[in-house]
Amino acid sequence: MTTPLWKRPVIWGYAALVVVGVAAPFMVYPVFAMNVLAMALFASAFNLLLGYVGLLSFGHAAFLGSAAYVTGYAAKALGLPVIVAIPAGVAVAALLGLVFGALALRRSGIYFAMITLGFAQVVYFLVVQMPWTGGEDGLQGIPRGRFLGLDLSDKFAMYYFVYGVFLLAFFLIHRTIDSPFGQVLRAIRENEPRAVSLGYDVERYKLLAFVLSAALAGLAGALKALTLEFATLGDVIWQRSGEVVLMTLLGGMGTVVGPSVGALLVMTLEHYLASLGSWVTVITGAVFVVMVMAFRRGVVGEVRALIKRSF
Amino acid sequence: MIQAIFGQLLLGLINGSFYALLSLGLAIIFGLLDVVNFAHGAQYMMGAFLAWMGLQYLGVGYWWALFLAPAAVGLTGILIERLFLRRLQGLDPLYGLLLTFGLALIIEGAFHRAYGNSGNGYPVPAALAGGFDLGFVYLPRYRAWVVLVSGMVCFVSWFVIERTRLGAYLRAGTENRRLLQAFGINVPLMFTITYGFGVALAAFAGVMAAPIYQVSPHMGSSLIMVVFAVVVIGGMGSIMGAIVTGVGIGLVEGFTKFLYPPAASVVVFVIMALVLLVRPAGLFGRLR
Repeated sequence: MTTPLWKRPVIWGYAALVVVGVAAPFMVYPVFAMNVLAMALFASAFNLLLGYVGLLSFGHAAFLGSAAYVTGYAAKALGLPVIVAIPAGVAVAALLGLVFGALALRRSGIYFAMITLGFAQVVYFLVVQMPWTGGEDGLQGIPRGRFLGLDLSDKFAMYYFVYGVFLLAFFLIHRTIDSPFGQVLRAIRENEPRAVSLGYDVERYKLLAFVLSAALAGLAGALKALTLEFATLGDVIWQRSGEVVLMTLLGGMGTVVGPSVGALLVMTLEHYLASLGSWVTVITGAVFVVMVMAFRRGVVGEVRALIKRSF
Repeated sequence: MIQAIFGQLLLGLINGSFYALLSLGLAIIFGLLDVVNFAHGAQYMMGAFLAWMGLQYLGVGYWWALFLAPAAVGLTGILIERLFLRRLQGLDPLYGLLLTFGLALIIEGAFHRAYGNSGNGYPVPAALAGGFDLGFVYLPRYRAWVVLVSGMVCFVSWFVIERTRLGAYLRAGTENRRLLQAFGINVPLMFTITYGFGVALAAFAGVMAAPIYQVSPHMGSSLIMVVFAVVVIGGMGSIMGAIVTGVGIGLVEGFTKFLYPPAASVVVFVIMALVLLVRPAGLFGRLR
């Protein structure tokens, strides 16, 4: 960590991210680009938990979805500006994360996955049954409002807003991973008893990571709801939790950019295969099988290993 | 009033029988292979669908389906174990979960593709039509059969695992598979058979369920989440635990449906949360 920032490849990575990000809406449909950014943030938040603490949550849709609904409701029914509506969604997701995390972290490994899946089902059933969520129809016509005098109903203005938030959140996640806090998380992943014996309050670290992951997943949900101007059951359903696992696995778990790459790949795949209807599920499943059997490091992980081997 | 309570409890008992059958299979597979079989719901659905397809296209009736469908699904299970799960041995158990999740998506997607979203009815076999009026509740003969048979299957599985030599090997493999192998037992073969059997059990439950629930591609996916919660509540330590918890949760759900219907779909997860607070290892489980 003694190398100055400007001498590290990471700064070039960020430069590329900025260039691509600024140019993206001129090359692809801005709403699609925003959607990809939201899902990339979702996957990065999820990866914070899976890749760096080794905890597989199968219920992250609960955080994405609840924030999407809360932000949507705040903006539409309460008429609150985005500057309030988004934090409201994030706060609810973080609170849910605190409750779920405190309970689910009492078990680990595959039990943790099953427990988070169960809790996410509760959120799903609540969203289906509560009066303010619009049931099967979801929340339609969520207004984007204004931000710093910028009219976000313009898709380019909205894009750069989403992009700015994404960059900040991505940087936050990256900094978290490289921070002493992130080091402790990795120590817990590698050898939990050792981390305990070194005096770290492992439970608190795990819970903090879980809440942070939930809050950032919520931020992604809030952005998604404002981008698409609706929140639906598709945001809270368990398939969404499976999708984020796929994105992370495909891109490379435990890598900083992997989840974003995975999100881009999965969204592109879904975009082009949308006409195939239910084949998408079959293909998604097949990608899962292939990744687990042959490419457990994911795209970014495999590329990195390839570079390491050839130099 | 009394009739409503017993009616719901009866429904709960039926559901509980299925929870017990499915969590039993999950527990057996997990015990030996360290794999959480996410495809269990899809394989249950396959059992029901094969029975329906057999009747629809080949005229194969319920009684034959009860044996043929689990055998067919069990064979696919053996293939899955040989082709995929075997190669994941020794890795983080999460990969087994992710693999079977992918397989579940493939199976459900393929059936959805071929048969759409709507449910298909399956007739109750003639010998089990009708029912008994017990005074406080009307008991359809088929449902009595389901409770009886799943009770028997659970008992036989428990007996085989806890009281026979084969079961002793299985339990020994759960404890320490290397030592068992050192004694000259073909452990890889045991893995294959165990997965095949667990999966066949799911398909058997599927055939049993066909005349009660609609046969549809997604009949397994919502069920599997409840069964997972059952497994967390009971703990995967004991076979008896899986069975008792399954039936118990079914009854609690039935009772909740009588008290406050909207809560019935979440009550199992609420119980899961409470159990985690009080006894994280599960009611019958050991932390490991």
